[in-house]
Amino acid sequence: MTTASVPLPNWITYGLIPLMNLMLAFFLSGLVVWSIGESPWEALKFLIQGSLGRGDAIGFTLFYTTSFIFTGLSVAVAFHAGLFNIGSEGQAYVGGLGAALAALALDRYVPWYVTMPFAIAGAAIFGAAWALIPAWLQAKRGSHIVITTIMFNFIAAALMVYLLVNVLIVPGKMAPETRTFLEGGQLPKLDWLMALFGLDLGPAPFNVSFLIALVMCYLVWLLIWRTKFGYEMRTLGISPSAAIYAGVPYVRTVIIAMLISGGLAGMMALNAVNGAAARLQVEFVAGAGFVGIAVSLMGRSHPVGIILAALLFGILYQGGADLSFEMPTITRDMIVVIQGLVILFAGALEHMLRPAVVRIYQQFAKA
Amino acid sequence: MEFFDIVVSILGSTVRLSIPLLFTALAGLFSERAGIFDIGLEGKMLAAAFASAVAAYLTGSPWLGLLAGIGVSIMFSLVHGFASITNRGNQIVSGVALNFVAIGLTVVLGQAWFGQGGRTPQLPGDARFSPIILPGADAVREVPILGPLYANVISGNNILTYMAFVAVPIAWWVLFRTRFGLRLRAVGENPGAVDTAGISVSWMRYRAVIVAGFLCGFSGTYLAIAQSAAFINNMSAGKGYIALAALIFAKWKPVPVMFACLLFGFLDAVANFMQGKSVPLIGEVPVQIFQALPYILTCILLAGFIGVARAPKAGGAPYVKER
Repeated sequence: MTTASVPLPNWITYGLIPLMNLMLAFFLSGLVVWSIGESPWEALKFLIQGSLGRGDAIGFTLFYTTSFIFTGLSVAVAFHAGLFNIGSEGQAYVGGLGAALAALALDRYVPWYVTMPFAIAGAAIFGAAWALIPAWLQAKRGSHIVITTIMFNFIAAALMVYLLVNVLIVPGKMAPETRTFLEGGQLPKLDWLMALFGLDLGPAPFNVSFLIALVMCYLVWLLIWRTKFGYEMRTLGISPSAAIYAGVPYVRTVIIAMLISGGLAGMMALNAVNGAAARLQVEFVAGAGFVGIAVSLMGRSHPVGIILAALLFGILYQGGADLSFEMPTITRDMIVVIQGLVILFAGALEHMLRPAVVRIYQQFAKA
Repeated sequence: MEFFDIVVSILGSTVRLSIPLLFTALAGLFSERAGIFDIGLEGKMLAAAFASAVAAYLTGSPWLGLLAGIGVSIMFSLVHGFASITNRGNQIVSGVALNFVAIGLTVVLGQAWFGQGGRTPQLPGDARFSPIILPGADAVREVPILGPLYANVISGNNILTYMAFVAVPIAWWVLFRTRFGLRLRAVGENPGAVDTAGISVSWMRYRAVIVAGFLCGFSGTYLAIAQSAAFINNMSAGKGYIALAALIFAKWKPVPVMFACLLFGFLDAVANFMQGKSVPLIGEVPVQIFQALPYILTCILLAGFIGVARAPKAGGAPYVKER
């Protein structure tokens, strides 16, 4: 490991290398498209047009982006504390229950802006509660948080299906979902924001939770880099033994970090449940929790990086839907392949290119 | 239905449902005992299922299907090894990534090649592993108790089922009675000591993940061409994670792994059986309870309420030779 200790300028470590990893992931994705007999350039063109070409396309892209910002922040906060929260998916799912209960209880009586704080609190509290047991098991009993959060994703899925099929279902209906919220339980569309740019939102579900997501990005930045707790979290993440030696309370830090992480994941439900569907449905999270892992890795667990990475995945999700329409041989699942390759190259293989980059850099530095 | 017939039918499906878990959990056993966490079991199983279904369809031979399944599964293992052993990447991130690649790629390729929405074409009977009737199964069927058990639970399974149960003692023997097994367990507990003894930690770990890929090849093949007659979109449906739970539940030991898989298979079989039926006194039990039970049990175990589950000490940590 002679190259590991060579310091590189920040623009290489945080700019060039992640970009090269991303390019590799896209290159391989292009190879997959090419190998099934389609042109990668054509596919890319449809992807961009389908996600950024029209007002409603941008609206859908930003709608997906909003969900991914929440789950990306969720994974990132836990990551800073050295915890790998794979459970954002389940926490978002249960968070939907909190958001939906607030909407169902209040939508008849008050306008949306009164319901909103309750929906936010409901989503965050339910999401955080779903992270509590894995957090406690990690902090107190030493069980690996990765395993317990995976288990809790499945338990959440079973629990929510049970509740939707047996408890929350509208009597006499077949579909396992709650009743549609009245306007007082929904989050309004951001059509005025799009109109500022001369764009027509159309049917796209781009809504107020996007603004909530941006506020949360700022708050997470404050929390991690500007508070004592954030400092303790980062210390614990870099070196648990040093943190404990320095007097950071391990149990408390782990549990609070996971509660924040779970709360952020739960808030993703604001976008999908209150903002878009206006009802709680089975499987409404649809993998957004797992996309959060990719978003957090690519965004280097920094809110700005997370916004950019979430936007990229928003483009992929919306553009991919359009692409599968234009090129029927390419199914929407191509996005999942790209997502997997991005996680592989930006996450697991993040150090692969470093030795080569160091060697090239040293050549230039000498010259 | 008579009570006893119900028991026999549930036990029969218990065996069928535990086989993919068993192969996969044994795969995880080899990998994790060598210190490589493998969240990617699910993806390997799925990729192997797809490969075996495609190969069996093209060649008409289930054995070539099995070979393809094993090959593709080992390729996934090697990528996992390259990321987590050679490049010292995060093993969990790598596993998560490979799961996504498998879920997506199987459907993309399936749709591009066969155009059936990600399914592969239905396999004819002789391209599958079909049930084997053990000698005397029909003769003893009339014997009370033991007869139906022998005829419907022990006999009438396909060859992979019997191979799974043979794999358990073999896995135990390899891990605990051979030099390879001792070294494999040692790189999972204290890689530094193995390195000092002049044995390559990387090569040891690579061999462990290859064994894991090999075994996942069997479980995927079982899903696609023994249990079903085609590959279906995301057909592993979380079984890789249940196998992981079973592995932990069994505290990383081969024979308990078998019992944990049978237990989780049994819960699955009961859940299928209970669908829409009501129990006297209790009423209708929601099937979701049975679906969640393996995960709940594993969490309770991890909490230390059913003995202590101690993971291999060096698990999840890349080995750095020099500093």
